[in-house]
Amino acid sequence: MPGETPSQTVGPYLALGLPWADGPVADPDGVRISGRVLDGAGEPIPDALVETWQLDPAAFARSPTDDEGHWHVVVPRAPFVTVHVFARGLLRHLTTRIYLDPAPDDPVLAGVPAERRDTLLADQSDDGYRFDIRIQAHPPGRETVFFDV
Amino acid sequence: MREPALDYPDYKSTALRHPKQPLVYLPEQLTEMTGPALGHLRPGVVENDLTRQHEGEPVGERITVSGWLLDSDGRPIADSLVEIWQANAAGRYAHRWDRWPAALDPNFSGGGRTVTDSDGRYEFVTIKPGPYPWGNHYNAWRPAHIHFSLLGRSFEQRLVTQMYFPGDPLLPYDPIFNSVRDPAARERMVSRFSLDASQDNWALAYEFDIVLGGRVATPIEKAH
Repeated sequence: MPGETPSQTVGPYLALGLPWADGPVADPDGVRISGRVLDGAGEPIPDALVETWQLDPAAFARSPTDDEGHWHVVVPRAPFVTVHVFARGLLRHLTTRIYLDPAPDDPVLAGVPAERRDTLLADQSDDGYRFDIRIQAHPPGRETVFFDV
Repeated sequence: MREPALDYPDYKSTALRHPKQPLVYLPEQLTEMTGPALGHLRPGVVENDLTRQHEGEPVGERITVSGWLLDSDGRPIADSLVEIWQANAAGRYAHRWDRWPAALDPNFSGGGRTVTDSDGRYEFVTIKPGPYPWGNHYNAWRPAHIHFSLLGRSFEQRLVTQMYFPGDPLLPYDPIFNSVRDPAARERMVSRFSLDASQDNWALAYEFDIVLGGRVATPIEKAH
């Protein structure tokens, strides 16, 4: 069996290769989720990419962050979307989940330490949902939960 | 421990960009999330010749980069998106943040994408990127590299990596390359030069096979 090719960072210039013109919009009639990607100093990360993956209905969206670290996607409404996060400074991508309307018995949420569970819950906003991705704790205790896939 | 480590002090940007809390075990199979259907990609989106995106030829050493996209059982992955981006021959990216005072090339943008064929093979035509300095430490230079993004067949196979060139004298000094501590794994990011695949009076050839980890849904797994 061949060995796996290791991961490397996307670096600062991912915008040359990864954004698609319609990448953020998986479903024009769907729900908008937006937020920022933040580092351990609370500073926005302008060289990140957020990808959302959904199974039912199947959907994929992709959004680079802008100069202020903002991203957004428009995706089919679902209890949650699963997310890959890429950035300069991240040697492997991170995996998290954005819960819009979690089922009461969601097994993944149940496996997350109770005091950190709310980092996975999106907030309702004027135009949909808001979800900030805090790659490192800032303020302490607010670090987004990331999963070991 | 998985490599590369997220907290890797030699690469200074990891300091504020790695989670300090432990990753949480995800008790669900994600293999059935398969990403974008290729129908998402409109006709014409395949751009696997980076030397023909402008009026003229870019400056530099014309090369082909080709290989297999495989899963961890060695099976080819057909019809899967491969995206690349890179610096030009002088080591400059066509990006507004790149201030390295090397020449921009009006005939080179540095981004390409293709889809693996039914045998799981891909090919690009491009120019060999140059090395360039970066601010990580005194006299820090990135070895020449091409960024690769692979979607594979499922969420778990997703990979972004960098392809390096054989014999590059900068490899031993590069913290990003060396963030992979296992030498055998590190070498899997280095392409092979192939005279056989090089084309007479046209282009030198580099071969780079990519092996994706992660599980993929199979009929057997679905039965569980």
